Amino acid sequence: MSAAQQEATLEQAKDLGILPEEFEKIKEILGRTPNFTELSVFSVMWSEHCSYKNSIVWLKKLPKEGPMMLAEAGEENAGLVDIGEGLACCFKIESHNHPSAIEPYQGAATGVGGINRDIFSMGARPIAQLNSLRFGNIETDRTKWLLKGVVKGIGDYGNSFGIPTVGGEVYFDDCYETNILVNAMSVGILEVGKEVSAIAEGVGNPVYIFGSATGKDGIAGAAFASKDIGEDAMDDLPAVQVGDPFWEKLILEATLEIIETGAVVGLQDMGAAGITCSTAEMSAKSETGMRIDLSKVPLRQDDMLGWEILLSESQERMLAVVEKGREKEVEKILEKWDLTFAQIGEVTNTGNVEYWKDGKCEAEIPAESLALGGGAPVYHRTWKEPEYQQKINAFNPASIATPADLKSVAVFLATQPNIASKRWIYNQYDSMVGTINQSTNQSSDAAVVKIKGTKRSLALTVDCNARYVWANPEQGTAIAVAEAARNITCTGGVPSAVTNCLNFGNPYDEGVYWQFKNAIMGMKASCEKFGTPVTGGNVSFYNQDSKGNAVYPTPTIGMVGVIEDAAHITTLGFKNEGDVIVMLGESKDDLGSSQYVAKYHKEAHSPCPHFDLDAEFALQENLRKVIREGLIQSAHDVSEGGLFITLLESAMSGNHGFEVAQQSEMRADAYWFGESQSRVVVSVKPEQLNDLKSKLDIPFEVLGTVKGENCTIDGENWGSVTSFSDLYLNAIEQTVSK
Amino acid sequence: MKFGVVIFPGSNCDHDLIHVLEQVGGQPVEELWHKDTDLKGCTHIFLPGGFSYGDYLRSGAIAKLSPIMESVIAHANQGGFVMGICNGFQILCESGLLPGALLRNEKQLFICDNVYLKCENTNTAVTHLLSSDKAYKIPIAHAEGRYFADDATLEKLKANKQIIFSYCDANGIVDEASNPNGSKMNIAGVCNEGFNVFGMMPHPERAASADLFNEDGLAFFQALLTEVSA
Repeated sequence: MSAAQQEATLEQAKDLGILPEEFEKIKEILGRTPNFTELSVFSVMWSEHCSYKNSIVWLKKLPKEGPMMLAEAGEENAGLVDIGEGLACCFKIESHNHPSAIEPYQGAATGVGGINRDIFSMGARPIAQLNSLRFGNIETDRTKWLLKGVVKGIGDYGNSFGIPTVGGEVYFDDCYETNILVNAMSVGILEVGKEVSAIAEGVGNPVYIFGSATGKDGIAGAAFASKDIGEDAMDDLPAVQVGDPFWEKLILEATLEIIETGAVVGLQDMGAAGITCSTAEMSAKSETGMRIDLSKVPLRQDDMLGWEILLSESQERMLAVVEKGREKEVEKILEKWDLTFAQIGEVTNTGNVEYWKDGKCEAEIPAESLALGGGAPVYHRTWKEPEYQQKINAFNPASIATPADLKSVAVFLATQPNIASKRWIYNQYDSMVGTINQSTNQSSDAAVVKIKGTKRSLALTVDCNARYVWANPEQGTAIAVAEAARNITCTGGVPSAVTNCLNFGNPYDEGVYWQFKNAIMGMKASCEKFGTPVTGGNVSFYNQDSKGNAVYPTPTIGMVGVIEDAAHITTLGFKNEGDVIVMLGESKDDLGSSQYVAKYHKEAHSPCPHFDLDAEFALQENLRKVIREGLIQSAHDVSEGGLFITLLESAMSGNHGFEVAQQSEMRADAYWFGESQSRVVVSVKPEQLNDLKSKLDIPFEVLGTVKGENCTIDGENWGSVTSFSDLYLNAIEQTVSK
Repeated sequence: MKFGVVIFPGSNCDHDLIHVLEQVGGQPVEELWHKDTDLKGCTHIFLPGGFSYGDYLRSGAIAKLSPIMESVIAHANQGGFVMGICNGFQILCESGLLPGALLRNEKQLFICDNVYLKCENTNTAVTHLLSSDKAYKIPIAHAEGRYFADDATLEKLKANKQIIFSYCDANGIVDEASNPNGSKMNIAGVCNEGFNVFGMMPHPERAASADLFNEDGLAFFQALLTEVSA
């Protein structure tokens, strides 16, 4: 008997991150003590990353159904939404935080690779990518190293793969110093009815692996992603995978071509937990089984043990179940694209996944017991309001003095890295390949991509102001969804559906869990209000360092919306001298969690900004109506930096100045820099102003006019648009290259 | 007249180019597979952008060795029309069909951005519908686009009017500030001595659609449909 077949011990289980009660449960499932290979399989499949054991109870509360849904959350690798004209959109966001924190280039690159495979393994061609990034203080050498590596990793992978990166968001806050966040989103298109499922039907059907050969990289990456990042995190470097976008591109083309033959029964990419996860999940879904011969898996090195092959997370690999008798059709295409492939097994009816090597069965496990929603453990965690909440509740706005010189605040905010242009970053991404990006030559709040051959476009966005979520997880997360919807509405679209990436600290910390469950409740309320079901995504816990410092709770929202007619596309830049500037929504005397308070006054603890879900919904309904009636020239929502930054961005984008004046009684700093929610700045032709006013049944303020070359506030010139533009565009590049 | 686009493994602007060529030419475009040697009767051969064979060694260095390139080189040597865009330009330089080389950008970073081009010779197959007074807004997207050649070659290119495009600003000013990648003499595109092989780093096919709100690149392709009126 080989070492791998000896009975595993509790000590080994603990080393693999399996709890004693989980070890008992495994013995119960198998009716015997597992061997080491089997234990390894359980350790990754029951890891937080694969099993969602500490989050699934709450995730089930999120709305999954909607009129446009073709595949619900968890049913497939990614959500599937009907976008009209016979087409479906398939999209998902996923984290690659842990690997990126220790090897930013490969960590980020393979994050991009993984999310794209999720999309094309459903038969959809990816058409656009987005990303959401969080780093620590931009001034530190560590952050600069991480930022440069992550951006280059995303760029090199995405650019070579050849799918445009059309949008994203980046924030810098101290809480991300150790644990950066790298969330990548991909959006694909396919014809309705042509989707491929991750199933293993038809006993006797051959199982193929194709793509790259399997190596020792990324072994147990899923387990690595399921623990805190400690001093010894570099020891986990071998758990980081290495990406090859060229292979991914070939696999994309080959995959879509083999699907076209109709000979493919089921397909899944190999991400976390590699061969183990794909074989177990496909078998479990079809209530079949698989017999896999690990000796047949093409390897990069020949000394690999069974469990290493099973747990390898080598990138750019796919698993396909092919209709028996049609192997040649599929093989011919894989040969055309020069891909490595092998038939490694077949579908069985045993309900088990069996892994054989050199004629011996190394592991035999009921597939169901490994899969999400099957035998994997489900935990109800306890929670407690964390202590920092008291400091937030104690915030007194009177402690923040209004500076005499608001102009210098304006300059400070325009160059603050959370607000300044991310040009240095996005210029490293090919945003135009595919010739569908409609935001290249005119900017909107959401990215706009053309669906070729139709009248339609998609509006895409990722949003999460985690400072708000930290201050109030429920309201902050509701805002994240609302802001995503607002960005799509400002762009002329109708919000369709959501994918989420839930980045939190350690779920065993009661304060973190309190943030988590409240965030879910906020997301639920907001998604239900906007009719945007959550189609899928992922949960990334353990984003905290060895001292227990967790990141801000960061439930990133990726949202897709449909623009039915090109005439609805609305941009954010001011268009014509003399147009009237109107703010839809209500000003509030509110400094809460603004960049102004947090960064200028360096006060971290202040409440989440004012937000009312019904008012937000009414705002968006009104805005959509006036866009469709052709009454406005531009629309841009008020977010980080407040009303002034919104006006400035519309001015810079359109290359026009403005003259505006405060319209309501309150602190001037709250009026211009506060971040109370549910506000959008629009510009309107003077002759259409009365028409616009008569169509609105929400509060609004007429702020002033598009005029000249300067930013004139309450009669004072704060500076020319071009001087602000220079500062705004170059701030990040200057800091990074220092 | 028949257009063909070569598809290397790793080409990713192939379909963008085919889309524009079919719109402009009003007829199907042949896809020419890298493993084949048959040009299928195409009169105009295009090498698209992308990362041929992954471009891991040096951009275009592997692609020049592919079977289809033997035929493309023969076609060019017989005076046939060949145009390379971005990675296609890199392949043409690697193949020796065009002079010079494309080095890593001065700042060592990939750049994707709209830039402006000045047409330096409006008397070629690609440029005869362009005006030397207009700055054309055409995007670039490359990490290795810094055009380099020795001084003697540059002098010769200039004397022969083989420099087709220079990077300029929105007002047509060619200077250091408008040079996005450190190219010698702001060179964005060149042709061979026979004026039948063209290479450029910017992507006119990305600026040829009303849907994308930029049609500055359309004339580059429309020019191919008519004779140069000298």
